[in-house]
Amino acid sequence: MTFGQFLLVAVLAVPALGAVAVAATPADRAARLVGTVAAGLTLLAALPLAAGDRGWFAWSATAPAVRPWHQLDLPWVPGLELRFHLGVDGISYPLVVLTALLTLLCCLYSLHQVPAGGSGRTLVALLLVIEVGILGTFLALDLVLFFLFFEVVLLPMYAVIAGWGGDDRRRAARKFVLYTLFGSVLLLVGVYVVVSAAGTADIVALTGGGGLSRGTQLFAFTLLALAFAVKSPLWPLHSWLPDAHTQAPTVGSVVLAGVLLKMGTYGLIRVAVGVAPEGARWAAPVLGVLAVAAILVGALVCLAQTELKRLIAYSSVGHMGFVLLGVATLTSTGIQAALIGNVAHGVITGLLFFLAGAVKDRTHTGALAELSGLRETAPRLAGLLGFAAIASLGLPGLAGFWGEAFAVIAAIEVGGPLWTTVGVLAAVGGALTAAYFLRLLRQVTHGRPSPAVGRLAPTLAGGELTAWAPLVLLALAIGLAPALVLGIAEAPVNALVEVLP
Amino acid sequence: MNGTTVLGVLLPVVPLVAGLLGLLLPPSPRGLTAHGRDAAAGETWARRVAIALGVTGAAGALALAVALLATSDSPTEASTTWVRLGGLDVSLGVRLDGAAALVAVAVGAVALAVQVYSIGYLKRGPHDDVDVDHRYPPYAAQISLFTAAMLLVVVSGDLLLLLVGWEVMGICSYLLIAHDRRLPEAPAAAVKAFLVTRVGDVGFLLGIALLGVSAGSFRIADVLAADHSAGTLTAACLLLLAGVAGKSAQFPLHTWLPDAMAGPTPISALIHAATMVAAGVYAVTRLYPLFVAAPVALTVLGVLASVTLLLGALAATAQDDIKRVLAWSTVSQIGYMTGALAVGSPGAALFHLLTHAAFKALLFLAAGAVIHAVGTTLMSKMGGLRRAMPVTFWCTVIGLGALAGLPPLAGFWSKDGVLAAAQEAALDGAGPTPSWVGWLVWLSGLAGVAITAWYATRLLLRAFLGETRAPLAHPHDPPGTLRWPVLLLAVPAALLGFAGFAGPFADRLQPSAPATAERPSDLLPPEPLVHLAPSVLLPLALLLLGAGLAWARWRRDPAADPAAALGPLRPVFAAAFRLDDVQHALVVRPYRALARMVRAGDERVVDGAVEGSGRAASSLGAGLAALHRAALPRAAAGVLAGALLIGLAAALIGANA
Repeated sequence: MTFGQFLLVAVLAVPALGAVAVAATPADRAARLVGTVAAGLTLLAALPLAAGDRGWFAWSATAPAVRPWHQLDLPWVPGLELRFHLGVDGISYPLVVLTALLTLLCCLYSLHQVPAGGSGRTLVALLLVIEVGILGTFLALDLVLFFLFFEVVLLPMYAVIAGWGGDDRRRAARKFVLYTLFGSVLLLVGVYVVVSAAGTADIVALTGGGGLSRGTQLFAFTLLALAFAVKSPLWPLHSWLPDAHTQAPTVGSVVLAGVLLKMGTYGLIRVAVGVAPEGARWAAPVLGVLAVAAILVGALVCLAQTELKRLIAYSSVGHMGFVLLGVATLTSTGIQAALIGNVAHGVITGLLFFLAGAVKDRTHTGALAELSGLRETAPRLAGLLGFAAIASLGLPGLAGFWGEAFAVIAAIEVGGPLWTTVGVLAAVGGALTAAYFLRLLRQVTHGRPSPAVGRLAPTLAGGELTAWAPLVLLALAIGLAPALVLGIAEAPVNALVEVLP
Repeated sequence: MNGTTVLGVLLPVVPLVAGLLGLLLPPSPRGLTAHGRDAAAGETWARRVAIALGVTGAAGALALAVALLATSDSPTEASTTWVRLGGLDVSLGVRLDGAAALVAVAVGAVALAVQVYSIGYLKRGPHDDVDVDHRYPPYAAQISLFTAAMLLVVVSGDLLLLLVGWEVMGICSYLLIAHDRRLPEAPAAAVKAFLVTRVGDVGFLLGIALLGVSAGSFRIADVLAADHSAGTLTAACLLLLAGVAGKSAQFPLHTWLPDAMAGPTPISALIHAATMVAAGVYAVTRLYPLFVAAPVALTVLGVLASVTLLLGALAATAQDDIKRVLAWSTVSQIGYMTGALAVGSPGAALFHLLTHAAFKALLFLAAGAVIHAVGTTLMSKMGGLRRAMPVTFWCTVIGLGALAGLPPLAGFWSKDGVLAAAQEAALDGAGPTPSWVGWLVWLSGLAGVAITAWYATRLLLRAFLGETRAPLAHPHDPPGTLRWPVLLLAVPAALLGFAGFAGPFADRLQPSAPATAERPSDLLPPEPLVHLAPSVLLPLALLLLGAGLAWARWRRDPAADPAAALGPLRPVFAAAFRLDDVQHALVVRPYRALARMVRAGDERVVDGAVEGSGRAASSLGAGLAALHRAALPRAAAGVLAGALLIGLAAALIGANA
C-alpha cells in the first residue's frame, strides 16, 4: 500500500472512527474536543493528497480520461462485482480539502457554541458522519460506491436540521429528506441503467461514454442530471433549499451550502457528463437555459426577500446557476469556471451563513425589517458581513469573480445566438446579484440601530474569529491566486473535454 | 523585470498594503466607550495609526509615480501568466507609458491631498455635538484601497486585471459614499452609485469577453495586436462604452454622480478629480486603436458626449447645493473629454483629464472648507465669505477660472485643445468619425463654455460676494491640514496648462510611434497640445458673455439668485431634466415589481407544486387508510370478495394455460 493509498483510506477512516469516539466519550465538552481533533486530522490527511506523482498515467492516446493522482482499487463484494475504488485528482481535490476544512471549522464553532435542541456531542458526531459521506462521494471512482456515499449524507443531515434547527424545523427537515430522496431514486435508476448497459461500474472505464449506445446515454444523462439537479439544487428543483437553510442551525447551514450542494455539481461533472457525454451534448442547450433561469430567478427572488438566511439560501440558487452554466458550455473554460465557482461558493456562502447565524443568535431575529445599523454597534461583525456579501456578489479580486465571469466568457466563447443570449442574460444576472446584496447591506449594516441591534456588544468571540478567519483569507487568496484551484484542475478538465463528442 | 516595471508593480501594491493593514485596525471607537478613558486613548491610537498608514500609502504612491515619470522614457510592458482557463490566457502584468505615469502622478497627488485634508475635515472639534470622526480607520483604509484600485487601472497590462481595479474602485466608492452616518440619504446614494456603474459594467465585462475570446488572451498588447472581425470590434467597443459611461458618468448612466455628493467632501474630490470618473476616459485611451477601427462606437460616444456636456452644464446652473454645482460641472467636463476622444484626439482628452483633476480637486476641497466653516452646503445660506475666508476665496477663484477656461489658467489651455480638435474634425473632417460628429462636439463644446462661465460666476458671487445670508455663523479660513492641500492644488490648477507647451509633457501624452505589439503606444502621432490660433477668440468671447450675463444679473440685485433668470426652466434644470424620475419609473419600479412577482411565483407555483404533491400523497394515503378502517362485516365481505377474485383469476389463467 503506497502512502497515497494510505491517505485515501485515512481521509475516510479518521472521521468515521472520530464519530465513533465522539459518541463513546461521555463528557460533552471533551467529546466535542475529540471531534474537533478528528476533523483536524482529516484535514491533515487530505492536504498531502496533492503530493505525489501526478503523471501516474503517462499521456497517450489510450489513456483514460480520468487519471487519478492516487487510487485504491479493492474487490469489495465479489459476487456482485462491487469494488471499493477510491481516487483523487485535480477535480476532486479542491472539494475534498474544502470539505475537510469546513467540517473542522464547524467543529471548532461547536466548541464555542452549541445550538439549542440537543447535545453538542451528538451534533459533532453527526457532522463527522456527514463528512465521511461527502468525502466518500468526492473520492469514489465506482458508481455504486458513489451512490452509497451519496446516500450516507442524507439521514445525519436530516437529524441535524430536525434536532438543532429553528421553530419550523421538523417540516423543513422532512421536506429536505423526502425531496432529496426523490433525487436519490433517480440516481439509483440512472446508476443501474449505466452499470447494466456497460457491465462495469468503474468510473475511470466509463468516462467518455464507455461504449454506451446513444439512446442509453440520453436516458442515463436525463436521470443523473435530474438527480444531481435536486441536490445542487438547480432551478426549478430547488424549493427544499430555502426551508432547510432557514431552519437549520448555523453549522448545518454551513455544511449544507458549503459542501453538501457541491456533491450535486461534482456529480454532474464527473458522473453525468463523464459517463454520458453524448447525453450531455444533447441536453446542453436546455441546461444552459435552465442555468440562466436559475440565475435570474434566484436574483429576483432575493431582491424581494425579507429574511436574512432565506436570502442567502436563494443566492445559492443563483450561484449554482453560474456553475451549471459553466458545465453546460462543455468547454474547458466553462468547466474550469464551474469548478472554481463551486469552491468559491463553498468558501463564501459558508462564511455568509456563519455570519448570518451570528447575527441571528445575537439579535434573535432574521427579519431584515428588524435589523439595521449593525455597523454602529458591532462594527467588526458588520465589516465581515460586508466583506462576505461583496465577495459573494462577485467582486473581481475575490474568489466569487472567477466562476461567474468565466461562465459568461465561456458562453460567449461558444458563440451562436443561443449561447450569446445566455451569456448576456447571465451577465445581467450578475448585476442583479449586486443589487440584492447591496440591499441586504444597506438594510442590515447602515442606518440607525434598530432595537434588536442596539443592545449588541461590539466584540467577537475567539471561537468565532477562529472559525471565520480561514474563510476570509481563502476568499481573498483564491481571488488573488485562482491558480490555487485551477492550476491542478486544468489537466483533468482538458482530459475530460477531449473525450466529449 | 527592470527598474521601471518594478516601479509600476509597486504603484498599486503600496496603497493596497496600507489599505489592507488599515482594515485590521479597530473600526470604531464607539464600541469601546464602556471602558471610559481607555476608550479615548484607544481611539486616538487607532486614529493615529490610520492617519499614518493612509498618508504613507498615498505619499508612497505619489513618490513612485513621480519616479516612474522621471525614469520612463519609452513604453514598457511586462507580464506573467496569472491563470489559464481553457484556451484563454489571463496575465498579471503592467503596461507603462508616459500617459500612464502622468495620470498616476495625478492620482497620487490627489489621494495624498485627500488623505491629509481628511485628518482635519473628519475631526471632532471642541464644539461639535456629533462625532464626525467615527469609523476613521476604515475610512482612511478605504481611501487607500480606492487609490490602489485606480492605480491598478492605470498601470494594468491586462483587461481582466483592469476590471479588478475598475470594480474594486466601484465598491470603495460605495463604502465611502455611505460613510457619513448623519445623512439618511447616504446609504441609498451609495447603493445607487454602485448599481448604476455596475449596470454599465455588464457591458464592460461582455466587451472584454468578446475581445478576449477573439484574441485568445486578455493581455492588452495581444488584444490590440489581434485581428478582430469588424462586427466583433464594433460590438465590443460599444459594450465597453457602456462601462465607460457608467464609470465616467456619461448620459444616460450619469445619474449616480450628483447623488454621490452624500459622501464626505474629500471623497467627492477623490471620486471627481483623478479617480473613478477619470477611469472611463483613461480606459478608452488605453484601447484607442480599437476604437479608431470602430468608428460607429466613436460616433455614439460623440453623441453621448455632446448630450452629457450640455446636460451637465445646464443642470449645474440651477443647483443651490454648492457640491451639486461642482458635481454637475464634473459631468459636463467629462463630456469634453469623451468629446475629444470621439473626434480623434486622445491627447487632448488626457490633457483635459489632468488639468481637470487639479482644478476639480481644488474646487471640492475649497468647497469643503466653506462647508466646514458655515455648516451647510446650500449657497442660499452663504454669501459674503470673501472677507472672512480670503485664502479659500482666492483658491476658489483660481479653480473656477480654470473650470470656465479663463486664460492663462490650466483649464483654458486644455479646453482649447479639445475645442480645436473638434473644430478640425468639423471643418476638415480630420477625425475618425464623420464630420457631423465634429460639428456636434464643437458646437456643444462652445455652448458649454458660455454656460460654464455663467454658473461658475454665479457660484462665486452667491457664495463669496455680497452680504452674508448666515448671520449666526462665524466663518474663518480652515486650519492647516485643510489649508495646505488647497493651496498646493492651486498651483497646478493655475499653471499646469503651460506644461502643454513643454516638449516632454506633450510627448508623454502622445508618444510618437504608432502602436505595435512590441512597443505599446496607445495614442495617435503627435499634434500640438496647445493651439494658439485666431479661433481661440471665439470661446473667449463666449466666456465673457456667460460671465457677464451672470454678473449683470447679480449687479441688479445682489441678494437674488441669478438662477432666477432661467425662469420656468429653473426647476427643470435643478432636477436635471427629471432623468432620475425616468430611471425610477422605467427601471427601478418595474424591477421591484418583477422581483415581487417572481418571488410569489416561485413560492406559489414552483414550491406549490412540490408541497401540493406532498399533500396529495398524504391525502391519498389517508384515503387508503380510511378504506382499510372497516367494521367486521364489511371487512369479512372484502376478504371474501378478494378470495373470490383471486380464485377467478387463477381459474381463468389456468384455463388459458
